[in-house]
Amino acid sequence: MSEYLVDIRNLRLSFFTPAGEVKALNDVSIQMKQGEVLGIVGESGSGKSVTAYSLMGLVPEPGRIISGTIDFNGHRVTEMTEKQLREMRGNEISIIFQDPMTSLNPVYTIGNQIEEVILLHTTKDRKAARERALELLNLVGINEPHKRLRQYPHELSGGMRQRVMIAIALACEPKLLIADEPTTALDVTIQAQILELMNDLRKKIGMSIIMITHDLGVVASMCEKIAVMYAGKIVEYGTAEEIFYNPQHEYTKGLLMSIPKLNATEHEKLIPIEGTPVDMLMPPQGCPFAPRCNSCMKICLREMPPYTDINADHYSACWLLQKEAYESLKGGVAQ
Amino acid sequence: MSKLVEVKNLKQYFPAPGNSLFSKRYLKAVDDVSFYINKGETLGLVGESGCGKTTTGKTVIRLYEPTAGKIIYNGEDITKVNMLPYRRKMQIVFQDPYASLDPRMTVADIVGEAIDIHKLAKSKKERKERIISILERVGLNSEHANRYPHEFSGGQRQRIGIARSLAVNPEFVVCDEPVSALDVSIQAQIINMFEELQEEMGLTYLFIAHDLSVVKHISNRIGVMYLGKLVELASSYELTFHSLHPYTQSLISAIPIPDPQVSRTRQRIVLEGDVPSPLDPPSGCRFRTRCRYATKICAEQEPEFKEVDNGHFVACHHVTK
Ligand SMILES: Nc1ncnc2c1ncn2[C@@H]1O[C@H](COP(=O)(O)OP(=O)(O)OP(=O)(O)O)[C@@H](O)[C@H]1O
Ligand SMILES: Nc1ncnc2c1ncn2[C@@H]1O[C@H](COP(=O)(O)OP(=O)(O)OP(=O)(O)O)[C@@H](O)[C@H]1O
Ligand code: SF4
Ligand SMILES: [Mg+2]
Ligand SMILES: [Mg+2]
Repeated sequence: MSEYLVDIRNLRLSFFTPAGEVKALNDVSIQMKQGEVLGIVGESGSGKSVTAYSLMGLVPEPGRIISGTIDFNGHRVTEMTEKQLREMRGNEISIIFQDPMTSLNPVYTIGNQIEEVILLHTTKDRKAARERALELLNLVGINEPHKRLRQYPHELSGGMRQRVMIAIALACEPKLLIADEPTTALDVTIQAQILELMNDLRKKIGMSIIMITHDLGVVASMCEKIAVMYAGKIVEYGTAEEIFYNPQHEYTKGLLMSIPKLNATEHEKLIPIEGTPVDMLMPPQGCPFAPRCNSCMKICLREMPPYTDINADHYSACWLLQKEAYESLKGGVAQ
Repeated sequence: MSKLVEVKNLKQYFPAPGNSLFSKRYLKAVDDVSFYINKGETLGLVGESGCGKTTTGKTVIRLYEPTAGKIIYNGEDITKVNMLPYRRKMQIVFQDPYASLDPRMTVADIVGEAIDIHKLAKSKKERKERIISILERVGLNSEHANRYPHEFSGGQRQRIGIARSLAVNPEFVVCDEPVSALDVSIQAQIINMFEELQEEMGLTYLFIAHDLSVVKHISNRIGVMYLGKLVELASSYELTFHSLHPYTQSLISAIPIPDPQVSRTRQRIVLEGDVPSPLDPPSGCRFRTRCRYATKICAEQEPEFKEVDNGHFVACHHVTK
């Protein structure tokens, strides 16, 4: 049994579309300890959502897991029956999406929707369920919770709906909360409220969080560990400090240099990553970032780079690191 | 420096939904806004969703007829004139490059259409040369000319949209969230391109975005809007480092900084509640329902938008300098 809450190993997952095979996940491994907050960043289409959903046993059509294992809380998700999966989703893992409107049912009141989840997973007593619903709305900072219970989703603002989604996600006291771009659709002042709420809840409840976002500011303020994805692969993983202050992969470095910084006092020209994102139907052979990489070498175009450990909590897949590793071994024991 | 664009007391009211003949209510999307933009300058406009940024941008170039106020372009009052001679000079680039490009037209047709409308090419040959030259300017090439929008990535589509706007040699471009839909790694390409094109062609921009980091990077000065009002306007530096309006201060403090040590130790001013409905804005100062400093006068009187320091404008009763 795994010591980790989340233990994904060598996951390959493809979508078999009419246009061809989309290799959405290409040998993805993630380990996460209980209580940790992991951020997954990367470009649109890099596989962030697919990774998180596979952890819940959700693989949308026409997708298939090709190989690899997914363990959650000591159980093998990849071997669970549909019934076991449903139980896990209701009790141990919850998810919130970018757009709360699409995941709330417009024809039921907020109260109905929260209580339904509670009745399904924790208690069978209606009165207790109502009490718990009020408690949850209080917890996520919604004022006048009695009134809100009787309202419909469209009567609430975007920030309020996202709070309701979080309340529903917390109803079963999950061990893991997956937040897929939870604040992307919200204004920054509302985003700040939601991020603060998530931080508070985490301290109070002690749950783990996977935070999916393309906003490097959000991961910097929320996450202890960060996985950087590019074209279906985790190209770098490390603590937030390591990723921001000691980035090793050329894509991570490029990403950090291409964002304008609010606290910069001088106007510095941005250094963009040239080229266009990978066409997932025709991914390059070798390192997926090679066509856009300024330091690209011959081997990068031919072969996928292996992971190099930078330190105990930091690794990256880039041939430049292998070269350095090789050179530092020169005269020593080359394997 | 001379002013290229100036608006004075600009108002844009939309009839509120559900109006009857007897009760006419208005949604005051832009309410008494004044600013100017110098030639060759970039003025940024920020604020939360629905505060009136797009409406301001569209009204300035008269895609909407202003309810009240004045628009002055190059010294001439254009509030009521026939816009035909000005259309070419004043262009707009939209957020969603896909929605604004006709899927049945090739890139050459899309760019060429604007050239035709303004009769900017005397011959087929000149037209074609012009198309290719503008495509190259935005980082595309002649091979792209005969392809359709769906064959391009998001960043490339935004380049096509920009090529279409620039093909007619404009002087003033309203950029409405032109990078918001793009991946971070592509945003920088397009931002740099806007900067380079501005230098080459001497363009003047009104640059609208909700991402203050992007706006600060590209703008000389920045205006902050809240519920249809301009609440603060200053140089980019002053606005980011010495903002005076309580709303601007909380907006800036709410932006997550991509630096773990900075963002974890930073003091945040978390605003309570949501933006009130624009149909029923608070009396007096529109920000007062969420403001930490609000007092009686804030509910009673609308604060005047006044210059408190050289070029630094603020609308707040409790800012005096
Ligand atoms: N149902 C599906 N059918 C076919 N391809 C899919 C499907 N779902 C995802 N994909 C593909 O799998 C890849 C990874 O998608 P995923 O949704 O995980 O990206 P993401 O990193 O979450 O991107 P975004 O930031 O845009 O949400 C993409 O190339 C996408 O096109
Ligand atoms: N054509 C229209 N008719 C009626 N109301 C409108 C119209 N266009 C905008 N509005 C309303 O005017 C207000 C300002 O809208 P506007 O689109 O200018 O905001 P914005 O600051 O650009 O917001 P966003 O960041 O979401 O683009 C909103 O309340 C909006 O609903
Ligand atoms: S005028 Fe009053 S309510 Fe408005 S921002 Fe200033 S202090 Fe706050
Ligand atoms: Mg996604
Ligand atoms: Mg807008």
